[in-house]
Amino acid sequence: MIFEKRLLRPEPSFGLLGKLWQVNWLYVVLICALAGVGYTALYSAGGGSAHPFAGPQTARFGVALVLMIGVALLPPRALTWMAWPAYVASLGLLGAVLKMGHVGKGAERWIMIGGMQVQPSEFAKIALVLVLATWFQRTSSLRLGNPLRLVVPAVLVLLPVVLVLKEPNLGTAVIIGCIGASMIFAAGMRLWQIALVLAPVPFLGKIVYAHLHDYQKARIETFLHPEHDPLGAGYNIIQSKIALGSGGMWGQGYLHGTQGQLNFLPEKQTDFIFTMIAEEWGFVGGIAVIGLLLLLVFGGMLMAMCSRNQFGRLLGLGISMNFFLYCAVNLSMVMGAIPVGGVPLPLVSYGGSAMLNMMFGFGLLLSAFVHRKRGFGDPTAQARDA
Amino acid sequence: MIGKKRHTTRLMPKKDVVDPTRGVFTRRALLLMAAQGAVLGVLGRRLYDLQVVDGGKYARMAENNRVSKRLLAPARGRVVDRFGIALATNKVSWRALLMPEDTTDIPGTIDRFSQLIPLDEHDRGRIQREMRHQRKFIPVMLKDFLSWDEMARIELNAPGLPGVLIDVGTTRAYPTGPLMAHVVGYVAPPNERDVAKVATLALPGMRVGRAGVESTQDTLLRGAPGSVEMEVNAVGRVMNELNRIDGTTGSEVALSIDVGLQQAVLDHIADQSASAVVMDCTNGEVLAMVSNPSFDPSLFDSGVSHDQWLAWTSDKATPLINKAASGVYPPGSTFKPAVALAALKAGSITPEDRISCPGYYDVGGTRFHCWSRWGHGSVNLHDALKYSCDVYFYEVARRTGMEAIADASHGFGLGTALDIELPHVRDGLIPTPAWRRAHGFHWNGGDTIVSGIGQGFVQVTPLQLATYASRIATGRSVQPHLVRAVEGVRTPLADPSHWSALDADPRFLEALRGGMHAVVNEPHGTAPKARLDLPGIEMAGKTGSAQVRHVSRALRESGHFVSADLPWEYRPHALFICFAPYDAPRYALSVVIEHGNAGADAAAPLAKAIMTEALTRDPANRTTPPGQTVADLDEF
Repeated sequence: MIFEKRLLRPEPSFGLLGKLWQVNWLYVVLICALAGVGYTALYSAGGGSAHPFAGPQTARFGVALVLMIGVALLPPRALTWMAWPAYVASLGLLGAVLKMGHVGKGAERWIMIGGMQVQPSEFAKIALVLVLATWFQRTSSLRLGNPLRLVVPAVLVLLPVVLVLKEPNLGTAVIIGCIGASMIFAAGMRLWQIALVLAPVPFLGKIVYAHLHDYQKARIETFLHPEHDPLGAGYNIIQSKIALGSGGMWGQGYLHGTQGQLNFLPEKQTDFIFTMIAEEWGFVGGIAVIGLLLLLVFGGMLMAMCSRNQFGRLLGLGISMNFFLYCAVNLSMVMGAIPVGGVPLPLVSYGGSAMLNMMFGFGLLLSAFVHRKRGFGDPTAQARDA
Repeated sequence: MIGKKRHTTRLMPKKDVVDPTRGVFTRRALLLMAAQGAVLGVLGRRLYDLQVVDGGKYARMAENNRVSKRLLAPARGRVVDRFGIALATNKVSWRALLMPEDTTDIPGTIDRFSQLIPLDEHDRGRIQREMRHQRKFIPVMLKDFLSWDEMARIELNAPGLPGVLIDVGTTRAYPTGPLMAHVVGYVAPPNERDVAKVATLALPGMRVGRAGVESTQDTLLRGAPGSVEMEVNAVGRVMNELNRIDGTTGSEVALSIDVGLQQAVLDHIADQSASAVVMDCTNGEVLAMVSNPSFDPSLFDSGVSHDQWLAWTSDKATPLINKAASGVYPPGSTFKPAVALAALKAGSITPEDRISCPGYYDVGGTRFHCWSRWGHGSVNLHDALKYSCDVYFYEVARRTGMEAIADASHGFGLGTALDIELPHVRDGLIPTPAWRRAHGFHWNGGDTIVSGIGQGFVQVTPLQLATYASRIATGRSVQPHLVRAVEGVRTPLADPSHWSALDADPRFLEALRGGMHAVVNEPHGTAPKARLDLPGIEMAGKTGSAQVRHVSRALRESGHFVSADLPWEYRPHALFICFAPYDAPRYALSVVIEHGNAGADAAAPLAKAIMTEALTRDPANRTTPPGQTVADLDEF
């Protein structure tokens, strides 16, 4: 009970303004830059018009930016309170999706809550990051030598992974699994334990493949042999490659990307927005965007390292991994390096739900950074810093 | 509560410098960053491969994706006569199209349309088929070849016909109609074989010449297709026109025909099944070429009905065949000058040599009759031509031999392939023993005898006869030709010096001309009816009557043989060849009246009438049609 009292105690040296000062504004600028790339690309995807994509997306970004700053100011303690209820709620939503989800593109991934489309798998990622960070905050890496200590986090990861796989959404399941794995890894899991866990992965892969839906198998097939079905499932990959190739080194010029402007490019405002950018701005533009993504990923990881508590570190790492995996999967997908799946490019692709989730995540990351110098709810940490 | 307890205990160490958790985290986070950097680096490298290394390949695929090239049909060149009067032009026609995406009720629209413009089952089936196979924004043709009235009817009812558009196209128009049908020919839409040969013919609106000059000058008239490059999107909708190259209109082909003279010739032929060819004998220009009856050439473009086709093909007068170039007839007595030249060249006679004609000629146990039962007495070449004495030419042919006769005939263009701009031109035939043997038969002496008067196996076309008359008149080896100028550039053929002199002594030709002059102008000539009424101008000619059936000796000797009593198709053909003016020949012509009986009675007056027209119109010496000035011409 004593902790609650301490938390409620006003901290004059770390008030609202002080916290705002501590926000990594350089990182916020990078986020805005990425959103700016998104606006530019969506303006082009709308045929040189803010309507119908760029305008609404910017409005959403404005709301999400405020949300992000708000979250950044939340103390870690409040976040740990949120962790377990949020995790349980996310599992509930994933279960609900299986029961009553809207069917979109052959998958039940969306549910409507209060007139808003919610993608529970997105929510589940954030909740998983929170709950794992909370768990490891309380479990020293020294104790991880005991394999039994790993049972709980492993279950925490596997539950949403299994539910998402059943949706079925292979891409997101893999992303969730990777986030969990990277957090457990960073938390200090022993290397021999990692080897033990990784050993049955190929075997599991076969089981998963056997349970994949036909459309998912088709995606893997067409990824391996896109030319077999140029107008069917392979169309997306081929058209994306054509568009990228036609961009060349310097690009077709803004608003002059032929493949994107002429609708040869499928889903150019969502999954294939990067193709459109790279067609119009060329390799130079594409690599610049990749560079910006890398800055955001590394920035997040470095911010995570700055934290003096394990919760903040793992929170930052989990969010950065989430962002990184989104980018990597989306880019691999549009370049034909992995089978196509509905993974957007964060903050660039059109869509409100994904953006809110991502900005919420960035808010958590910034919160970890803002509160980096504090021990986790530990008065002595504050004293140490003073 | 347990968690909290542990928590408190864990945070007991005061120095986080020794916090091993942070050290592990930092090391492993750096490892993860390295992995992240590597993954994004690989992706960047792949982007480089896709965009820069293989960029060219994909850029070409992109261009193919984007640009749809469509060819534009060029306008077909006009065909005009020697004075620029249009014989074949392009007429604007309309067609009705239906844009399926612009109407909500496609069957209803088609039904309302068919109340205005009747659509038959064939049309409806085709519309249904196209509608199924095309995308919604590609128009489907409802009806082609609409007249102005029909177009106006559709336009007036446009509010009730959503999605129906009117498109402007062209159809081939023949202002002179049947008059020039055999010479100008006609066009029709290309068939699959044409398209296989020339791919651009698949363009909508392209036509292929199927007969006449339209056929032989097809490549000149066709022009070169233009193209339009359009930017299309993924579903093929046209977004933008990138580049348009208009096609090259086909060349204008000017014929040597004087359409006024052509009309006059047709007027004189009236309803006879006949053909006539008028040539400028100095250079071979064909001034008129009439084959009667004729047909409407414009029917072929939109498709000839079955009944019409049957009517044409079952007509004994063969309206679809150009008799002037593709009809073959025994030349009859018109062949005699050629036999005479062969004899003169061979030296088997001189012009003065006389041969006695008792009315018949016996050789090898067979008796050949002269057309005059009582004979012509002793005749020389001049008289033999004037009277058209058969016995004289029987004897001359026997003396000369068939090979020499064939050589001389070929020199006159008879039985040869004439180089005229028409399809299906027949060669005719001058028989020789070698030809006969090649067909497995023996050449009898009698075959030479009957060939001497242009009967038997001898077959020529009216065009060859006109050429023959021209060559006798000028002594030059003129070839008949129809194309006078292409795009205003005259052909060199119109220059008389282009044509070399015939391989014949001019004195021999003079003897032939003298005999032919006598035929028309001297007392007891066979064609006094061909004498011109024009002051100071005389015509030379030769009659011919060609039997189409063997006349038995019994019938002939019975004295009751009157060919006019025969059924039409057994009557002899009436022929006449002539040239004028006699002292300075300019025009030569041939007339063949199918089953017209005697050349002297039927063909000679017709030839006279035609020659009179030719001489009075004098197209060879004019640049504008008679009665017209250049100013009048401009109004065409």
